[in-house]
Amino acid sequence: MNLTLKVWRQQDAQQPGRMVDYPVAGIIPDMSFLEMLDVVNEGLIAKGEEPIAFDSDCREGICGTCSLVINGRAHGGQKGTTACQLHMRHFQDGDTITVEPWRARAFPVLRDLVTDRGAFDRIIQAGGFVSVNTGGTPDANALPIAKVDSDLAMDAAACIGCGACVAACKNASAMLFVAAKVSHLSLLPQGQVERERRVSAMVAQMDAEGFGNCTVTGSCEAACPKEISLNFIARLNREYGVALLKGVN
Amino acid sequence: MNINKLFKSSVGRKFIMAITGMAMFLFVVAHMVGNLQIFLGAEEINRYGAFLQGNVELLWPARIGLLVIISLHIWSAVRLTAENRAARPQPYARHELVVASYASRTMMMSGLIIFAFIIFHLLHYTVQVQAVNFTGQDFKGLEDAQHRHDVFKMIILGFRNPVVSLFYIVAMSLLFLHLSHGVGAMFQSLGWRNPAYAPLIARFAVAATWLVFLGYISIPIAVLLFGYGSQYVGLSK
Repeated sequence: MNLTLKVWRQQDAQQPGRMVDYPVAGIIPDMSFLEMLDVVNEGLIAKGEEPIAFDSDCREGICGTCSLVINGRAHGGQKGTTACQLHMRHFQDGDTITVEPWRARAFPVLRDLVTDRGAFDRIIQAGGFVSVNTGGTPDANALPIAKVDSDLAMDAAACIGCGACVAACKNASAMLFVAAKVSHLSLLPQGQVERERRVSAMVAQMDAEGFGNCTVTGSCEAACPKEISLNFIARLNREYGVALLKGVN
Repeated sequence: MNINKLFKSSVGRKFIMAITGMAMFLFVVAHMVGNLQIFLGAEEINRYGAFLQGNVELLWPARIGLLVIISLHIWSAVRLTAENRAARPQPYARHELVVASYASRTMMMSGLIIFAFIIFHLLHYTVQVQAVNFTGQDFKGLEDAQHRHDVFKMIILGFRNPVVSLFYIVAMSLLFLHLSHGVGAMFQSLGWRNPAYAPLIARFAVAATWLVFLGYISIPIAVLLFGYGSQYVGLSK
């Protein structure tokens, strides 16, 4: 396959970036998108140019590290697929493909396609945990949990924190991420102790990080590689409303 | 309840947006039902008009309440929109909003045009400024046989002006657009939506939005296209 890539190049967080065109040849359709970028980078290195910086880790769709907006869509727009699991067979020979980083004030670009997603870590630190005094590991069946609740909690816990929801949202809102984390813990007995305090603190941190607001467009749900449902945002709003009525700070 | 958080957090402001939106939606439905009495004839709508205007102790609290509600709705919209714009300082070279509906992306635009219409509408039929009704008649001076304000005649004369009727229909189309996103979204914003109720909410939103749109535009269309009330005002079709 022969392609033309339009890639965002940016030296560091301080300097302005720009889109740069790269002609690419000899791509095998079975390569993943990241493997295609590896090929491009090998070519750049051979020519003595700076390779394109991008994030990746597991390359099997479970770590949430890869973060590319491909042709205007977070992770490339294949349903339930991260960029690392997106294969070149979904493109046509001769295509022009734009590749950009997540764009949000809360996710500053560090270099090229690499963004700082520390904002998500700080939201988790604000309340996305359960406090358990250590001791012997309890038996798995010691704490009864309804199957429907554990299934729903698992659906929310599937969030890998990649930030595609923020990248896809026209408002760069992090509501789907926060909703997934709040829902996951509020559905389980272990999460009850800090339930109201958690939602209050995580929303406050989300606001402090400078993410936008939810306008219920559904873009996040469509872009999410783990297909987290918009229903969890309604759940987050409900949890927040209850915390508000209870006067939790 | 933590009032501070209601106004200062993003989710709290969305609650304000949704609650005020819901209140205005209910007003819009009630106002439409009231207006549709025009099809019952002059006696009914004039009696209704006199009833509303006759209860000053209820009329003014209702008006002030609506003013507060609309102010809060616009205030939260402006705040949220400003934050949303600030949240992405560097735009994408290419951004595909595949599932975001046109209505959901243009709430500010539709809302502002509806607001402009409301101001005109109040000057036209409530304050009854003669200069904006374009009929050459003073709506304030219209009286029926029982010396009540002749609301029926005012509406017929008002809508016989094609430009006024057209602006009204355009505004109702934008209200349709605004509600087609807003009615469903307010349930989501308040957390009153779950997989069990979601299909019901979606159906309710579509039905309510269409009913409001058709209910409102039926009046100018009846007056303008079908000459409704032309005999009453003593003019030909």
